[in-house]
Amino acid sequence: MNRSFQSKLTPYLYLSPAILLIILVFVYPVIDLFRRSLTRVANGVTTWTGLVAYQNALQDPIFWTSFTNNLRLFISVPILVLLSLVFSSLIFERIRGWRFYRSLVFIPYVLAIPVVGIVFSYILQANGVFNLILRSVGLEALRREWLGSSATAIWAIMFVVIWKELGFGIVLFLARMSSISEELFDAAKLDGAGWWQQMIYVTIPQMTTVIEFYIIVNMITMLSWVFAYVLVMTKGGPGNSTWVLEYFIYQKAFPYSQMQIASAAAVLLLIFAMILMFLQARLRRQVEGVEI
Amino acid sequence: MTSPTAINIHRLKRLPGWTIKQLALILLSLLTLFPLYFMATNSFKMREEFFKNLLGLPQTPVFENFTKILQHPNLGRWFANSILLTVGSVILCTVIAILAAYAFAQMRFPGRDTLFNLITPLMVIPPIVMVIPMFVLFRQFHLVNNLGGPLIIYAGLMLPFTIYLLRNFFVTIPREIQEAALMDGCTGFQILTKIYLPLSRPALVTSIIVNAVWVWNELLIALVFLQTEELRTLIVGITTSLQKRFTLDVPSLMAGLTVATLPMIILYIVGQNTLVRGLVAGYEK
Repeated sequence: MNRSFQSKLTPYLYLSPAILLIILVFVYPVIDLFRRSLTRVANGVTTWTGLVAYQNALQDPIFWTSFTNNLRLFISVPILVLLSLVFSSLIFERIRGWRFYRSLVFIPYVLAIPVVGIVFSYILQANGVFNLILRSVGLEALRREWLGSSATAIWAIMFVVIWKELGFGIVLFLARMSSISEELFDAAKLDGAGWWQQMIYVTIPQMTTVIEFYIIVNMITMLSWVFAYVLVMTKGGPGNSTWVLEYFIYQKAFPYSQMQIASAAAVLLLIFAMILMFLQARLRRQVEGVEI
Repeated sequence: MTSPTAINIHRLKRLPGWTIKQLALILLSLLTLFPLYFMATNSFKMREEFFKNLLGLPQTPVFENFTKILQHPNLGRWFANSILLTVGSVILCTVIAILAAYAFAQMRFPGRDTLFNLITPLMVIPPIVMVIPMFVLFRQFHLVNNLGGPLIIYAGLMLPFTIYLLRNFFVTIPREIQEAALMDGCTGFQILTKIYLPLSRPALVTSIIVNAVWVWNELLIALVFLQTEELRTLIVGITTSLQKRFTLDVPSLMAGLTVATLPMIILYIVGQNTLVRGLVAGYEK
């Protein structure tokens, strides 16, 4: 066999299992989903339906409830950024016990969402620990069934998502902070800058790219990775008040067997995710340009 | 007259800054640990005690809840399913990713960078998008209610992240080492197994831990593709069957959750340092 031909083929040989698996798990499903959303199969006959399924999805008020809930969850993004910034800079100061804090804050990351969800659903019950604590600090008036009332359920879920996601932000920001030149902080201190001033004038400007990156990662999480929280903590309830897009697609596809509407909704979710992905790819290129 | 809170705030202001910082971090630690404390302590309480004593340590710790959980007829099977799926899909994904990452990092071929740049953004495609087409496809191939189905899907879903992480580590290995090995008559594959893999331990450990944690904890795909009671994973079994069965017996449910969480906590304690460093490196570079 021709040696140069062989060596030209080698890279593709190494890549072929990966490419095959990616086609099976990513490429084929996306193409099939588009096809499925535009056609209806009845009695073995496939008919082209155009955008009817999209219309059905978009006219369904629950679709909009679900989408709105995803948008509500986006509110956790600035909260996560702020908390990550504050706590990572506290740990960064090598405060006594910083190593301990660093490994501790990361624990929620390795826990299963279903486990976390069940534990919190007992903590947030009407006669649960959270209300007990509220009563003991004299805030009895705030007592309620946090996951059981449609006014608070999605926010209670958001609280749990923040609890689970915060550790990653702290550790990520901490890593970036460690590479900021010491001289910048020393210069700021010489100029008499306090803790907040150092934060605003030194830390944050040095970290813009990683902060932007973290924002996009979290937006993707709030759009595409919240299914398990909803299923375990509220099953979408009370009423439909905590449905999110993933839950809408799951419900339409499996319990309701409305595969076509589910496929159309899935395509719409994919489009939202792609917009975020595009933003992320642009930021990633910027992040790569900077030494982190 | 000053209220007690006002006095506290006044005192806080006079305290040196580090005390406030310590307090903030202690509060964060308590908040982080509280659900785990709640889960662990309540799994040692009797049902009657649970209602009277939500917050405190168990007055007389009992192991009854654990024996009850461990006697559940399917628990052993669920545990075995989770182990099998986790080990199987992580091995499959890691082997395939090593080969691909090696090609991306060390070989020159047309379309290399384009292909790599197409693979990495796949990480953000929501898994629910893949579930419908895969479900219909796998039903035809008898891969629904078959551990092989989710095993393949998990391996595929983890692939973009794993290739990305390993490739970024492989490119940092100096080319001179490779050239020296070529001079000694090593083949490309030998360079991979004898030089790249031993040097890439931190990246391999990180990707293996991250992926194992993800598969072990996954809910959606396990729920859709494994629908019979005996085929459930531990997490799905505990959250669907046990949650329903023990709604009124919270301590037993908590014992079940503790059992399901323990392997991941142990894995975290063992691989903690490598994991945190490697994971952050994977995201930031």
